[in-house]
Amino acid sequence: MKILVCISNVPDTTSKINFTGDNKEFDKNGVQYVINPWDEYALTRAIELKEAKGGSVTVLNVGEADAEPNIRKALAIGADDAIRVNAHPKDAFFVAQQITAIAKEGGYDMILMGKESIDYNGFQVHNMVGEMMGIPSVTPAFKLDMVDDSTARLEREIEGGKEVVEVKLPFVASAQQPMCEPRIPNMRGIMTARTKPLKVVEAAGGEAKSEYVNYSKPEKKSGVKLIDADNAGELIKLLRNEAKVL
Amino acid sequence: MSVLVFVEGLNGEIKKSSLEAASYGSQVAQAMGTSATAVAIGDVHEDALARLGEQGISKVLYDADDRLKQFVADAYVKVIAKAAQQESAKVLVFSNSNIGAAVGSKLAVRLNGSLATNVTELPKIDGGNFTVTRGVFSGKAFAQVNLTSDLKIIAVKKNSTDIISNGGTSATVEKISADLAESDFAVAPKETVMQETDGGVLLPEAEIVVSGGRGMKGPENWHLIEELAKELGAATACSKPVSDIGWRPHHEHVGQTGITVSPNLYIAAGISGAIQHLAGVNSSKVIVVINKDPEAPFFKAADYGIVGDALEVLPKLIEAAKALDK
Ligand SMILES: Cc1cc2nc3c(=O)[nH]c(=O)nc-3n(C[C@H](O)[C@H](O)[C@H](O)COP(=O)(O)OP(=O)(O)OC[C@H]3O[C@@H](n4cnc5c(N)ncnc54)[C@H](O)[C@@H]3O)c2cc1C
Repeated sequence: MKILVCISNVPDTTSKINFTGDNKEFDKNGVQYVINPWDEYALTRAIELKEAKGGSVTVLNVGEADAEPNIRKALAIGADDAIRVNAHPKDAFFVAQQITAIAKEGGYDMILMGKESIDYNGFQVHNMVGEMMGIPSVTPAFKLDMVDDSTARLEREIEGGKEVVEVKLPFVASAQQPMCEPRIPNMRGIMTARTKPLKVVEAAGGEAKSEYVNYSKPEKKSGVKLIDADNAGELIKLLRNEAKVL
Repeated sequence: MSVLVFVEGLNGEIKKSSLEAASYGSQVAQAMGTSATAVAIGDVHEDALARLGEQGISKVLYDADDRLKQFVADAYVKVIAKAAQQESAKVLVFSNSNIGAAVGSKLAVRLNGSLATNVTELPKIDGGNFTVTRGVFSGKAFAQVNLTSDLKIIAVKKNSTDIISNGGTSATVEKISADLAESDFAVAPKETVMQETDGGVLLPEAEIVVSGGRGMKGPENWHLIEELAKELGAATACSKPVSDIGWRPHHEHVGQTGITVSPNLYIAAGISGAIQHLAGVNSSKVIVVINKDPEAPFFKAADYGIVGDALEVLPKLIEAAKALDK
């Protein structure tokens, strides 16, 4: 089974978010980058399936050279090889076109990724890739198993419940917890990752359909109003009469 | 030219998030000097559809095909694409739900549109520019984005638009059919399992959320969270470690790696307020924190706070909530 796992390179979950150049650009200064946490679920599940059924796991990143440390990390966790499409990921539509081009060429059985990236929170790419390739996309999935060699069974979240879906290979799925316990690299993985192939290719053309023009931050809270624990019931009155939310 | 809104039904009624999308869509239509049409699929009564007039919708296209009662992406996409074509829609509006965003993404490819998800405000339409504001960096920032294709597709973040109400106006309901084939149902769900809510409120739709963390000490104390939620008409939620250790089900886990909520009121009991937790709740309008540690980081993000033992504070809140006239 050939699995393609798409990963994005995102600011660490604890990063302070700031903007520069008249609020037109994200300020990368002092920001640590990690593999998008949702993508880690996709990556680990792909490796588990490979271990159980045989095959290979290829990681794919659409991004610039500064993503390579995290691509190596994905190799250290257990992917076999990697591809980086050397391009600034302009928007979801652009990224989906790049993934589709690579996926069509590679003939993968399964294309997995996280349900969204924690920086741009798009929740779009997986469904766009499914539509561009004309294959099913099951998102957001929190369970993924093989029924037989050509069929997978997934459970996906819908508002207020879940659906059980069976699909024939090939398909696209996006991952979320609790699909698996994301793995961290071990020493041996880190050593072997250095020699695993990482191929850099140029973008397959493609256009963006949106332009990020400006950023802003939410207004700061004015500070917390403390209520004495002995008089806790007072809070309910404030929520009704002052905050007007009850 | 028109604005087309996709509305989702549940048990015959229109979901609250879809009433928000309808209100958003009709305001966009007004700004563009056109009308707003809705397209509805599946599990919703016709009289509920007519009531969308309240939200400024003039016409509703309804596909009553029984096979559409459960979500089947390909079939839904076909029906909405047909409606968009029939109405010469220039703007499509969805709720930013798992269904809305999925269908919106597929339509962006099929109809060659520009898509923005997680949209928090009405667009600015200025000459040739159509600019939306969307939440980015997990609630830590907003981005202003130009949608550059002729067709704009917008998925509106839940609880970010007020539901408008034009007293007594009703919408006309017309049938639509997209001649669906068997093959459009190839990936229909084998099984759909809805959560038991005991008549309570579903978390993604909730206006009030009562949430517990590790400071609640154990599942045996969760009746306090549930009772307060019941008194306030709220949904219940939890922090990640609480669902990881199995005190609560995973679908209640909010935060960076769980679900994102933006209710009017979020009450957190025994939750420290780690940045990954805040990422899922920081766009709540009012935040209340109950924590025995006055230094807990959550107090910095809170509007109201009580420093104290949650197991002692919650019973007092339940009592006060019972005394409210509803
Ligand atoms: C990549 C990544 C993703 C993550 N994603 C998420 C996520 O999506 N959601 C999430 O929640 N976390 C997430 N986390 C974990 C997060 O960092 C915190 O560890 C977690 O939120 C802590 O949960 P908690 O506040 O319930 O527990 P704790 O941190 O243990 O805090 C318990 C709090 O309860 C208070 N307390 C104790 N006893 C009482 C009492 N009797 N009365 C009142 N207060 C009391 C304590 O003072 C403390 O503040 C993530 C972490 C990482 C690294």
